[in-house]
Amino acid sequence: MKRDVQKMNGNDLPLKILPVDNGAKPVRMRAMMTKFMTFLTTLVLALTLVAPASAQEEMIDLGTIRIGVIEALPFAIPTLQAEVAGSEQMASDISRVIAEDLNGTGLFRQIPSSAFISTPGAFGTPVAFADWRAINAQALVTGAVAVNGSQITVKFRLYDVFSGSEMGEGLQFVGTTDGWRRMAHKVADVVYSRITGEAGYFDSRVVFVAETGPKDDRAKRLAIMDYDGSNVQYLTDSAAIVLAPRFSPNGDRILYTSYESGFPRINVLNVASVTRQQLTTSEGDMAFSPRFSLDGRQVIYSLIQGGNTDIFRTDLATGQHQRLTNTPAIETAPSFSPDGSQIVFESDRSGTQQLYIMSANGGEPQRISFGNGRYGTPVWSPRGDLIAFTKQEAGRFHIGVMRTDGTEERLLTSSFLDEGPTWAPNGRVIMFARETQGADGTTALYSVDITGRNLRRVTTPQGGSDPSWGPLQQ
Amino acid sequence: MTHLTKAILLVGTLALGACTNADRFDNTDAADLNSQNLAAANTGIDQTALTGANNPASPQYFSQTIGDRVLFEVDTSTLTAQGRATLDGQAGWLATNSDYLAVIEGHADEQGTREYNLALGARRANAVREYLISKGLASSRVRTVSYGKERPLAVCSDESCYAQNRRAVTIISIGQGS
Repeated sequence: MKRDVQKMNGNDLPLKILPVDNGAKPVRMRAMMTKFMTFLTTLVLALTLVAPASAQEEMIDLGTIRIGVIEALPFAIPTLQAEVAGSEQMASDISRVIAEDLNGTGLFRQIPSSAFISTPGAFGTPVAFADWRAINAQALVTGAVAVNGSQITVKFRLYDVFSGSEMGEGLQFVGTTDGWRRMAHKVADVVYSRITGEAGYFDSRVVFVAETGPKDDRAKRLAIMDYDGSNVQYLTDSAAIVLAPRFSPNGDRILYTSYESGFPRINVLNVASVTRQQLTTSEGDMAFSPRFSLDGRQVIYSLIQGGNTDIFRTDLATGQHQRLTNTPAIETAPSFSPDGSQIVFESDRSGTQQLYIMSANGGEPQRISFGNGRYGTPVWSPRGDLIAFTKQEAGRFHIGVMRTDGTEERLLTSSFLDEGPTWAPNGRVIMFARETQGADGTTALYSVDITGRNLRRVTTPQGGSDPSWGPLQQ
Repeated sequence: MTHLTKAILLVGTLALGACTNADRFDNTDAADLNSQNLAAANTGIDQTALTGANNPASPQYFSQTIGDRVLFEVDTSTLTAQGRATLDGQAGWLATNSDYLAVIEGHADEQGTREYNLALGARRANAVREYLISKGLASSRVRTVSYGKERPLAVCSDESCYAQNRRAVTIISIGQGS
């Protein structure tokens, strides 16, 4: 078997992923037993119900989808075994994080260990499937942890209980104890991916604005965290206002708007060295709302010239600037399509904020939003099929999604003030910021899946806004 | 400039006829200068000496008596009649106090997305800038900055606060080399 040794970005966590040797053959999802398959079919359909034109699209009428159609899949994860004395705490912590990742999707439901009628034998020994069937566990995760100094080894296997077979081959992760959470996320990503057929998103990070203090004296700092709110680190101090950080596609840099100079300008921050420099833009009084192109070589942003806001593009290597819009209207919040050929943005050229799509080189845009209310902050899904946006209507704010032609708009949330959606790397979950009403209003980060289910607050040490979800880490 | 202001300036000039620091204090109402102000005056130009909203050359007079801000209706950057009257006063003051520069800060209420509000604040600041320039202010003396909804003045979530937050504020400072 091939052994891949990969260096992780971001945390610089050396981590090896190895198949566990013992002859288990990969089992394709399609070969699963009926009961499990029924669930999977439901799940996969639910997950793909907003995919671009496809067989599923015809099979499912979005208007009839109801919350609660999908029952969460019950799974069991007995605490991973400590293979080396002293590994017990780590085994327990890793087991907990794997379970939290899966539970957090709303697609899985952990069976409490109090319901277990047997404990697994040594890792890799035959599984007593009847005992797990008896408590209706459909998936079973077993594993083992060994801590040797600062090195940690995590092994796991995933079983389809009702077919009595293993799903895929067992895997082994080797890394450092500092990165134990990432190893748990890696395990959960594999489990999620094998069962749903979708890419995972747990081993990813989010950059956001950490907020403290009252509304009229709010301090803002750039911060970075794991997708679940753990491991928050600050990237700037609060001396100047910072706004709307955006990850580069591979997570190595962050664009953000800073008032360091007294005026809003765009900075590029190197994540590894935490050094920053101001982006040289086309000439203008203020620059904001930046985003990277998919190859990370270009930045699109808004520039204010004489009070008017238009969209521009700057090539980072050549320093060349190009104007992409030229109207007296407000044009802002540009976001590239995943293939880089188009840009979705908001404009009030019709009189109110609406969403438009234009070529990546500018030119006449096509309006795509036509519902009641105002539409802003569009973000193209990494899968290319959907646009997420903020909608303001009748004094309420919503996070919603629509197809790229503007059809099948669905509002996922509703509150006094929701804004600024960002996509999980697999395009199935959206994170956004919610601000509460009134003089004591505070901000917090939330996530919701694209079916509108599973709204969850992301726990951060302080208030949070303007999240930008980075890529799945290598 | 109003007749009343001119009258105050005239009285101030007469009262301070012997002042050697003519550049700064020939427009000052002597009655408002306390001993600390005079001490500062003797050591040269000092911004802290220009206190008192009754001192027509003071930033306090600008911000309080003339008014340093104009307010806007929801989602607009059109100057109101009251706003234009305030800006007429600002333009007159800046014409008299030619060593001051102005930065116009544009703001929005919280009812809007962050990016849009930044752009809207810029529109408001620019509307003020254009108006001041139309009244004779040199364009080199006035810049704009937008804070969008980042710097609310009033924190409640209803119109009584929103109306105060939809504003453009003229911040004055002594310019370099003045």
